[in-house]
Amino acid sequence: MIGAAFFSNGPVQVALIIGGGAALVSAVVGVFTVLRGQSFAGHALADISSAGGSAALLFGIRPLAGFLAMAALGAGGMEAIGARQIRERDLVTGIVLGAGLGVTALLLYLDMTTTSASGAANTVMFGSMFAIAPSTIPLALGVGALALAMTAALYRPLLLIAIDPDLAAIRGIDPRLIGLAHLLVLAIAVALSAMTIGAILSTALLIGPAAAALRLATRPGTAILIAAAIGLCATWGGIALAYDSFYWTPGHGWPVSVFVVMIVLAAYLAAGPLGTALARRRMAGS
Amino acid sequence: MLTLSSISVAFAGRTILHNVDFTLAQGSFCGLIGSNGSGKTTLLRTILGLVKPDRGTVDTGGHEIGYVPQKIQLDPFMPLRARDVVALGLDGNRFGLPLPSAARRRTVDAMLTAVDATGFADRRVGDLSGGQQQRIMIAHALVRRPKLLLLDEPLANLDLRSVAEVVSLLHTLSFEQRITVLLSAHDMNPLLPVMDRIVYLANGSSVSGTVGEVVRGAVLSRLYGYHIDVIRVHGRVLVVAAGGEDGLDADIACEPVHVTQIR
Repeated sequence: MIGAAFFSNGPVQVALIIGGGAALVSAVVGVFTVLRGQSFAGHALADISSAGGSAALLFGIRPLAGFLAMAALGAGGMEAIGARQIRERDLVTGIVLGAGLGVTALLLYLDMTTTSASGAANTVMFGSMFAIAPSTIPLALGVGALALAMTAALYRPLLLIAIDPDLAAIRGIDPRLIGLAHLLVLAIAVALSAMTIGAILSTALLIGPAAAALRLATRPGTAILIAAAIGLCATWGGIALAYDSFYWTPGHGWPVSVFVVMIVLAAYLAAGPLGTALARRRMAGS
Repeated sequence: MLTLSSISVAFAGRTILHNVDFTLAQGSFCGLIGSNGSGKTTLLRTILGLVKPDRGTVDTGGHEIGYVPQKIQLDPFMPLRARDVVALGLDGNRFGLPLPSAARRRTVDAMLTAVDATGFADRRVGDLSGGQQQRIMIAHALVRRPKLLLLDEPLANLDLRSVAEVVSLLHTLSFEQRITVLLSAHDMNPLLPVMDRIVYLANGSSVSGTVGEVVRGAVLSRLYGYHIDVIRVHGRVLVVAAGGEDGLDADIACEPVHVTQIR
């Protein structure tokens, strides 16, 4: 079971480091993504990044570089088409998403027909936590740190805009520019988690921990800490369970992503009643 | 303090404001009155510099402006306490994480006291009542001590008691700190005891002056372009369009011009 062998296992170490980093970045960025009502954009960027992941397999470049490049391109595309209203924004997101997935379909087809990557679709869509090259660690941690630093820089303007964009505008902050910066941070976050738990499931790490934290916290700093804790627990817990699952069904283990998503779901479901109870106590206390 | 000279604004070829002029002296309490769609929000956003007028100038004398936007929809799960919202009024435009500071906390506490919000300062804003949220937004707007405060429909969607409380709070702040207040409303009645100026908007045009000068049948009839009666009853003012006997178009006559309801 989980013991010294778990921690000395090479792929497990890489998964713990990169998966942990991806979970942390996604949870922190996710709090602002949920507050800005951009969950759909986050999910779309992850799916779009899968085109980059599939292109990387095809051209033999580093998968993370592919995921990152395509997510950033998707963010730029959404911003370039532009949308003033939330409804319109959803339409633009959907259109860019469709285009991105179309490219993914082509690239995955080419992956499977012209290279030996027969499991490409599975790897790109549902993650490959135990198959990440150790040499990816510096790039992953570097862009992760950049995303966290940018979020710290944008912290107050993002909150001000969440109250009302005009309040930021009259103080000399361009809500659109801040929005674009946040979209790029979001692209980094989803590219990281797309590589680890998969493009389709990365939404779970972005939205789940943040949504659970927002039910519990009364201040932004607390929300971020709770979201980060849930994200890390889900990812590390998922890795441990997936490692352990090799003993459940001899010969092959279960995918990490399943466990990560299940833990996130459990945390969100528990946060609802817990948040209500906390709110009742706050009301009674004041 | 605030001077608007022949402001005209059009969106997509539709005239929203046409030659709007008025001046407010320091410390005056002015109601910006007009029905829905009369251009009140556009006028306030023009003063704030958020809308560029097609013609005309706004002179705020270089003063910083405090602003309370219309119908803030605070997400019930927004992880902000009332005091966090006020603190964001102080330095929400700065980049980087806020560092704990005793001076910052004192400033925020003083502002919370000024709007009588100390009792719910540590509650999540989404959990507060409409009147409490409005107090917090006023504190957010005033925490940098601006001398000009603009509020967009701050009394809409409030219950009667909260309306009275917010009006009296604004009047006190305006009087004690010599703050010039310009607030929009579709119903002028709650403001009658406190406003010393009124800017009345209709059809994109405006008339301004004291309530006695502006809220008169002849003046408003000229502004609306058809016959208007101003009825004073039980200390309240009703502005009503006359019926079809004046030969008005049926649909104009049916348009609900009145800006008050009898409660």
